[in-house]
Amino acid sequence: MRLIIRDDPKAVAYYTANYVRQRINEFKPTRKRPFVLGLPTGSTPVEVYWHLVDYYKRGEVSFRHVITFSMDEYVGLPRSHPESYCAFMHRHLYDHINLRPENVHMLDGNADDLAAECQRYEDKIKEVGGIELFLGGIGPDGHIAFNEPGSSLESVTRVKTLAYETVLANARFFGGDVNKVPKLALTVGVGTVRAAREVLLIITGAHKAVALAKCIEEGVNHMWTVSVVQLHPSAMIVCDEDATLELHVKTVRYFKSIEQVQEQLIGRQHIGLKGSISKLASSDPADSFGSGVLPPAAATASKDSNTSDASQSSADEDASDADDDDDDVSSQPFSDDEDRNGDTATAATPAASTPSPANILADSSSDINGVRVDDSLTPAAPVGNPF
Amino acid sequence: MTTSSSSGGIITQFYNCVVLKDHRLVDDYVYVQDGKIIDPAKMFFDERRAPDVRIDCGGGIVAPGYIDVQINGAFGYDFSNDTDIIDEAVDNVSKGLLMQGCTAYCPTTVSSRPEVYKQVLDHLGPRAGSVERGAEVLGAHVEGPFISPQKKGAHELATLRTAEGGLEAFDECYGLDRLRRNVAYVTMAPEVSGVLESIPRLIAATGIRIAAGHSNATTAEATQALAGGASMITHLFNAMHPFHQRDPGVIGLLGASGTTRPFYGIICDGVHVHPHSVMIAYRAHPDGACLVTDAMAAQSLPNGVYKLGEMDVDVHDGNVYIQGTNTIAGAVITLAECVRNFARFTGASKVEALESATLHPAQMLGITGRKGVLAHGADADIIVLDHELNVQRIFVAGKEATRENVVYKNKL
Repeated sequence: MRLIIRDDPKAVAYYTANYVRQRINEFKPTRKRPFVLGLPTGSTPVEVYWHLVDYYKRGEVSFRHVITFSMDEYVGLPRSHPESYCAFMHRHLYDHINLRPENVHMLDGNADDLAAECQRYEDKIKEVGGIELFLGGIGPDGHIAFNEPGSSLESVTRVKTLAYETVLANARFFGGDVNKVPKLALTVGVGTVRAAREVLLIITGAHKAVALAKCIEEGVNHMWTVSVVQLHPSAMIVCDEDATLELHVKTVRYFKSIEQVQEQLIGRQHIGLKGSISKLASSDPADSFGSGVLPPAAATASKDSNTSDASQSSADEDASDADDDDDDVSSQPFSDDEDRNGDTATAATPAASTPSPANILADSSSDINGVRVDDSLTPAAPVGNPF
Repeated sequence: MTTSSSSGGIITQFYNCVVLKDHRLVDDYVYVQDGKIIDPAKMFFDERRAPDVRIDCGGGIVAPGYIDVQINGAFGYDFSNDTDIIDEAVDNVSKGLLMQGCTAYCPTTVSSRPEVYKQVLDHLGPRAGSVERGAEVLGAHVEGPFISPQKKGAHELATLRTAEGGLEAFDECYGLDRLRRNVAYVTMAPEVSGVLESIPRLIAATGIRIAAGHSNATTAEATQALAGGASMITHLFNAMHPFHQRDPGVIGLLGASGTTRPFYGIICDGVHVHPHSVMIAYRAHPDGACLVTDAMAAQSLPNGVYKLGEMDVDVHDGNVYIQGTNTIAGAVITLAECVRNFARFTGASKVEALESATLHPAQMLGITGRKGVLAHGADADIIVLDHELNVQRIFVAGKEATRENVVYKNKL
């Protein structure tokens, strides 16, 4: 499991969206081989979707051959209700991109036979070849989708009664009236998420800290269903500093150091998007791992520059905590990360960006504890990692 | 791209725009199919459709098409005088107005003899808008002849009458059936004999709306008209008793508390009403403002002297007077200009200015289900404007109106 720690929810959203974009582009989906994406609702995904919409509008990603499956939907809420998950997804994502309507799969909370609807959904997932990447969040009680504590870790898509705590948490979307909140929901199962080829969880905020700690530092347990990520061969959690508040200091340090080591000793261009390593650092530009991503600076220079590289970024980060995303993050999402968001999977700016080992070490301004970690796509888990 | 088996014609999406929606300008899209504005979520989830045509609005404003509820003619045509060629008049004016951004209107007749009403009213009735036929006709606005001789303005004295006979008088003048079929609203003066009692009965018998105008009524009389069902004031300030602090007359209805205040037409050419007066009225009752042109046949005609019906008028740089007098014969302004002037005169926001030419007239006429709003199910009468409120593109019933496909002529 990789744990990517970023400063705040904005940086988390940006990292996640960028990762999704790169995964799709690298995959090069076609009609016969579409990219199947699982998608959540919630306030953190909103910002991820905002970035994805922006990427689409700038021509940096296409959803033409992307198929989506949503995680859950309330039972009994009309689709036109502004709080239905259909309305949410449409409002924040589907209305703005070139996703084909026939490629979008939502659970139908108004179906006559809910069990059959759940089975249909599972069948559909199999029919399209399984989910390539499942994005998700975590509840304060450690649940994924609506798989509340006590859900079987092998569960499939089914109807769930919502925990009272969840109902209370959702009341704010229904005018604060607990009685108006739906009590039942259709949800993908824990097993459904596990069956995806990759799982990416977005976890932000201090109120999620206990759940995160339970899920990654303790055992796999049906009372904290997200803990199944420990058993998934390709899981990643992107979280903010606040969400790490209940983790052991050494856990946080360890994961931060992973990213550091990768950058310094391996070199970002040798690390695949999902963590595979092609070789150790070399100064040969032709060696860079760059399959099928969009040309870099063709996009606007002001945002996610694919051309940035380790040395350039670390130089910018110059040693101080104050030199942080935070200042810019409140306004333009892209201006801050322009330098920092490196892209391991790009063939871009070869000569300028390829660091030699000497350069990397010399330019690194982050200390070994990863106080200033480059907000790059460097995955945290190298091949053969001891986890 | 495959479309699903579901019904419906091509779907058009307006994007890269700010949309007038819920009294705000919001970054959003507008979707149109089969001449109506549709719900994108239904389109996406139920119909499984994506837009077929996308229109880049260049960052401009997308608003409902303008609605003019007081216009006597244009392009040389006059709805009260061109009785022999009334269809030609409606045809050309409808198309000409469409090209100015006005997608729906009420052709207005001035005080006339009964024969004229018999001749023209049936041709001024509701008629759907289209690129082929021009702006939608919402029904006629019959202004007079039950108005005050002291406030007749440019109306002909000999045509004015009183209503002692009650409903009979209106039937004899217009034909109640003709009113019911063709007329959106009638302007009359509350103090004219027989009018006050007739207002509620007329509404009940024909379903039309009643406006107070061309009147010397006291505030008390005007209030009674309001209570009887009148819901509109015709060209506020013009042809009515001036504001007096102890008896504000018809104008005083803008200050009537404890009751639903009427809508009011107001002409913002800077000539009919002083800009300060526009601001005072607007600030007194912002929700009631309906921008109207009160345009007459000389609108869009070059400067000159024209014989319009029985009158000779002098058109000179935006002013139109009855030849040899100081009496304003009518305006020659477009509604789009009125909107820009109005925003300037009053300091109203773009939203407020736009709503005064779209939402409020639609509310006055009771047609907000399909006009004056960009709501799901409404007619796709849409204008795209720049941020100075200049009209750039015009769509009626979902199709774009251009110089190429909307062809009309001046009468003269």
